Amino acid sequence: MEKSIEVHNLTVSYHSKPVLWDVDFELPKGKIIGIVGPNGSGKTTMLKTVMGLMKPDSGYTEIFGQPLDKVRERVSYVPQRESVDWDFPADVMDVVLMGRYRKNNLFKRITKEDRRIATEALEKVNLLEFADRQISQLSGGQQQRVFIARSLAQQADIYLMDEPFVGVDAATEDAILKLLRDMKNEGKTVVIVHHDLQTANEYFDWIVLLNTRLVAAGPKEQVFTKELLQEAYGGRLTVLSKLGDLISDTEFPLREPDFKEDQPQG
Amino acid sequence: MSPTLAIALTAIFTAISCAVLGAFLVLRKMTMVGDAISHAVLPGIAIAYLLSQSRASLPMFVGAALVGVFATVVIEILSKKWKVQSDASIGMTFTTLFALGVVLITYWSDKVDLDQECVLYGEIAFVPFNTWTLGGKSMGPIALWSSGILLLMVLVYTLVGFKGLLMSSFNEDYAAVLGIGIGAWNLSLMSMVSLATVVSFESVGAILVVALLVAPAATAYLVSSQLKRMIALSALFGLSGSLGGYLLSAALDTSIAGGIATTLGIQFAVALTLVQLRKK
Repeated sequence: MEKSIEVHNLTVSYHSKPVLWDVDFELPKGKIIGIVGPNGSGKTTMLKTVMGLMKPDSGYTEIFGQPLDKVRERVSYVPQRESVDWDFPADVMDVVLMGRYRKNNLFKRITKEDRRIATEALEKVNLLEFADRQISQLSGGQQQRVFIARSLAQQADIYLMDEPFVGVDAATEDAILKLLRDMKNEGKTVVIVHHDLQTANEYFDWIVLLNTRLVAAGPKEQVFTKELLQEAYGGRLTVLSKLGDLISDTEFPLREPDFKEDQPQG
Repeated sequence: MSPTLAIALTAIFTAISCAVLGAFLVLRKMTMVGDAISHAVLPGIAIAYLLSQSRASLPMFVGAALVGVFATVVIEILSKKWKVQSDASIGMTFTTLFALGVVLITYWSDKVDLDQECVLYGEIAFVPFNTWTLGGKSMGPIALWSSGILLLMVLVYTLVGFKGLLMSSFNEDYAAVLGIGIGAWNLSLMSMVSLATVVSFESVGAILVVALLVAPAATAYLVSSQLKRMIALSALFGLSGSLGGYLLSAALDTSIAGGIATTLGIQFAVALTLVQLRKK
């Protein structure tokens, strides 16, 4: 197996509370990979640590067998849509062009070639006609596609996306899925943080199942089993109830872990 | 050069410099850091004044700008590293430093001819009297020179650093992943703000310099869809506000700094009203 991302003995904490605990896995190249787990299971932290945005307490991560600093330009990051201020005075093209910014061209002007690549990226996400639109006037799905276009304009080999399917319309979801398959066919690797178990099975080739500790990582057929999902999600009924045929209701206690009967009043 | 022209040009140069830098402060939601810096530079000014015995001297600019950067770093460490709430970090840092400045000025009151009135409200009306000479030839008011040089520096900084400033203001994480040092951009911007504050301090004082940093940029933000346009408009509002304020205070024979800040406030109110009316 040719490796894209390697994570070894990774422990990361936030406010001295561990969010990831001794996580260790390797991911293949050229696949669509989902990082899946319940809320607060450390999915985003995992992505941010791989991207060097959070410092691990112990362990290390590598991309294409090298530390991030050596391969930065081959790695592209699609942050959560809510992480930026969409009222920022910029149009769609301004944002997509940021995908062309590099350490070594930061003080140079934007070239014609940069514009051509950015235009191509906008075309791929069906937003070319919106190039001059101010970003605050876009729908949530369009904003998400702008972020993906920016990432495409970077022409990287591996793409790390944080919840790209959250709050998007069906058209955007289809567009993103089609793009992901095209990218895979070009030999690119895509890693996606995703919280929806229902769709995870359909979207991804490979799944990393997290819940602070690593529950499992591997081809989805091996990971998406009743036992492993149960281990990752425990008794969280709200999520599990959606699983339908994977797990039958009767095998789970019908009670949320923090629910108590006979709460004293007042 | 006529005294009136010297005062007006000084006001315009400082206003445009602050307005351009202020655009980035507004976009980064850091206007209160600008406020903090403008107050925190006071001990630097007092110490530099004691050492050089003159206002608007090079050591004073350097000394005060260093204290400004120091304040930024302290705020950053308090909030990021020691998890003090970010607004509390700002409040703690600048009040402490400003108070230290007040203590120093009053302690050295016989040696440092800086009265608190001028620290708070500036003394732009005296700009024409504080001149410098080179080789026996009078070169005109110091404040005019310092504000002109400041404007030049701000414009060069913004032009050269445009992409870096845009990227780090819009999406810090994305810039960091590309290896674009966001710490360096932040620090360089804060250094420029410190410098602008010290230079403007001469003219408009510690309190009103905040108006120059925030008001034109906040007004431009209301009506801009692109960063370049926002910066240009911010500069324009800085220009119109300082010129209008100067004329206002001349007509009413009142404080020039007060007139400028009031005009900036009125500009904002008008823009906000127009924008709200257009929405309906």
